[in-house]
Amino acid sequence: MLIPVIIGITLFIYVIMSVAPGDPARMILGQDATVEQIQAKRAELGLDRPLLIRYVNYMAGVVQGDFGSSWYNEYNVIAEFGARLPNTLTLGMTAMALAALLGIPLGVFAAVRQYSVYDYTTLVAAMIFSSMPAFWFGLMAQVYLCLKLGWLPATGADSLVHFILPAVTLAAAILASQVRMTRTSMLEVIKQDYVRTARSKGAPEKRVIVKHVLRNGLLPVVTSLGMGFALLLGGTVVIESVFAIPGVGSLLIGAVRLRDVPVVMGIIVVIACFVGVMNLLVDLLYAVIDPRVKQGYGL
Amino acid sequence: MWGLVAFRFRKNKLAMVGLAVIVILVIASLAAPLFVDYSNVYTQNIADRFIKPGTNGHIFGTDQFGRDLFARIMYGGRISLLAGLISVGLGLILGLVLGGTAGYYGGKVDNIIMRVCDIFMAVPQTLLTMAIVAALGQGTFNMLIALSVAGFPRYARTVRSSILTLRGQEFVEAAKCYGSSSPRIIFRHIIPNGLGPVIVSATLGLGATILSIASLGFLGIGVQAPTPEWGTILSENRGNIRYFPFLGLIPGMFIAAAVMCLNFMGDGLRDALDPRTKS
Amino acid sequence: MSDNILEIKDLHVQYNTDDAVVHALNGFDLMLKKGEVLGLVGETGAGKTTMALSILRLLPDKVGEITEGSINYDGLDILHANKRDMLKLRGAKVSMIFQDPMTSLNPIITVGEQIHEVLDLHFPDMSKSEKDRRVDEVLELVGIQVHRKTEFPHQFSGGMKQRIGIAMALVAEPELLLADEPTTALDVTIQAQILKLMKELKDKFNTSMILITHDLGVVAEFCESVAIVYAGEVIEKGTVDDIFTERNHPYTEGLFNSIPSLTCDLERLIPIPGFMADPTNLPQGCKFADRCKYCMEKCKTSVPPTYEMGTHGIKCFLFSDKGDE
Repeated sequence: MLIPVIIGITLFIYVIMSVAPGDPARMILGQDATVEQIQAKRAELGLDRPLLIRYVNYMAGVVQGDFGSSWYNEYNVIAEFGARLPNTLTLGMTAMALAALLGIPLGVFAAVRQYSVYDYTTLVAAMIFSSMPAFWFGLMAQVYLCLKLGWLPATGADSLVHFILPAVTLAAAILASQVRMTRTSMLEVIKQDYVRTARSKGAPEKRVIVKHVLRNGLLPVVTSLGMGFALLLGGTVVIESVFAIPGVGSLLIGAVRLRDVPVVMGIIVVIACFVGVMNLLVDLLYAVIDPRVKQGYGL
Repeated sequence: MWGLVAFRFRKNKLAMVGLAVIVILVIASLAAPLFVDYSNVYTQNIADRFIKPGTNGHIFGTDQFGRDLFARIMYGGRISLLAGLISVGLGLILGLVLGGTAGYYGGKVDNIIMRVCDIFMAVPQTLLTMAIVAALGQGTFNMLIALSVAGFPRYARTVRSSILTLRGQEFVEAAKCYGSSSPRIIFRHIIPNGLGPVIVSATLGLGATILSIASLGFLGIGVQAPTPEWGTILSENRGNIRYFPFLGLIPGMFIAAAVMCLNFMGDGLRDALDPRTKS
Repeated sequence: MSDNILEIKDLHVQYNTDDAVVHALNGFDLMLKKGEVLGLVGETGAGKTTMALSILRLLPDKVGEITEGSINYDGLDILHANKRDMLKLRGAKVSMIFQDPMTSLNPIITVGEQIHEVLDLHFPDMSKSEKDRRVDEVLELVGIQVHRKTEFPHQFSGGMKQRIGIAMALVAEPELLLADEPTTALDVTIQAQILKLMKELKDKFNTSMILITHDLGVVAEFCESVAIVYAGEVIEKGTVDDIFTERNHPYTEGLFNSIPSLTCDLERLIPIPGFMADPTNLPQGCKFADRCKYCMEKCKTSVPPTYEMGTHGIKCFLFSDKGDE
């Protein structure tokens, strides 16, 4: 499944690129470049060869782990990616953990206490945070908490403390949707007949919730965690920009601004692989939770 | 059937509030030329920089170039909303065509189309949009293309699943039994029942798209300055927010308000369409 | 009547939905002796399931409300009992077999474990091996192969799922069994098997039972006494003999007439005209009045009391001179 995706995406970008206006060589060299300089640059970048040949060469490199070099700077794409990855990972994983570990319990609690003050507050808060632009939230938090009050560092990634606000900001939107999703799923399950059966056996409510409702309600929650992960990846880009964290996201933005295609392509491909792996993990998690799925796999 | 949906929607207070605010925003944006002079959007007036909101006839104050923020927000609204509508519209059209074809014909056609959608959905939407913008070059038009392309797979899937669900449903068989002809079935049964999820998807999608447009504007790869898109405004004023928070608060609130209202409406529509929501 | 194990008096239950208030039970009266097998008969929507859920206080939270009346089980005032007493009661002293076997079992827990859970809840001091033994025993009793207890509900057929439900209800050897249409979702041959099984259990444990059904044939075959429910009230009760041989409430008469008979020639079935009273908008007098061919003026304005003729009680003005109120 992953192979067609990678081929599809890369081919697609290549095709668009060849269709789009603007000569990369000219853009790199600037307005004053002479015709000879431009042609030399084109040869250097391999732009003078036909599309398909360039594509095949590129893919051949990719298979070996070589994603080429940036058109504007000298660095190797995959090397630069690797150097920046730790920052992005820290940010992403922290945010994901926050969203999951806080979001799921909050959602369960809201479902169990449906119609209560707690439930309504949670819903409203979730609504607000999932509609608010993450970068705005980050920006405002940065201004008030960092620059005005000085509680947290505003930019950079020098220490773990530097990651607190970015992670919280990033987590906010995902957390919000996670809470709502969990709540909805739990409410669905609570209505089921087999929950009533459990009660009729004399099970106290706590046991009913934990043993019967929770596990059955977890499946859609796992799905939404998977989807939240994709959103997270997108949000990382923005948050890194707000808080000036030197990670993969800011690398991408810089590359997009410059139309530095090898860098953009490389990042996209790696991310697609990453997402593929996550989806696989989600599927495995399904099998663990739901025995019906497990049997489907013959485990 | 639509009467029932409208009734249930009206009962949902949040959704109605959302609808009301969106209508106000739309009207304000459309009517902007009536009460705001277009020149105010771009005219710079260094002497009047950073005026606080409410003074000197500047309802929202002015920015670092002395441009009236109110005018910029109002005209920005037209841009954000219009751009959002266009992207979603294009995405919907693509989605309807592809999803419809896939759902209706099934088999190999369905497989191929779904594979293509899977490929596009494998990359997170924001990132795919950025990649396309990188390939095409910056600018509003390219951004719209990128958003539509990144967004259509979701709509295609919704349309397709609607069609698949409905094809199998017994009421279609029943309609055939009492003599309905195919076009009649499509128009009176399939489209009304199938349209619902698509409308919900589009409404929520519009909210997400406006958010995306703002994000891209903020990052400098969406609508380019000095065009007053709300996200772009935020990016322009980034350095000044520390001392003049209103420059950041106001555009952000507008974005949040628009998205929130669309989310309320989308949720309200979803609940109104689902006959099983409350027990 | 101290040998009554269950006494329901004047029970009123309503469901508070968004659109309207549904009056499910309107003055429901029922007595059950120890060891008695009662058939509760009525159409869909008459309130039979509601009654069963009320006994266990399992009505949907916030929506279901018991507004009046009393339920007394073996000396325990159900409606005012505390949580602990209710938890001890459910599954052990009073247990329920639910109507739809397809949705009544937790899909991701093994059937053995689901049955085991009843014992875990009520006999914490029992050893694991003893509990396992009992689970095996009850599975054999309902005709499920013991080695299948590690399987999941979706691996069983509808009839077997129902039998698992029965096993769950019986493993703690309850005093009262509430069986809510245990065979409706199954086909006739399975139905016969299950009824036979329940008969054996009754003989073995002397369990009191309330068998909810809409099938008079099942009642005739299996029950000792009958209660006929209409629009949330018991409109006729008595022994099986009373109901099947003596004169009945007009509704019951209608029920008998609607059943095709193998013994007599009939051109057409005679259905009862009209529909059951709207539970959101109940009529003032007798709830069967608008469908009753014997309807009198006073039927429309006042609710008839139950006239007792020995063991036979009928809630209809037609019997006012025959029995005592």
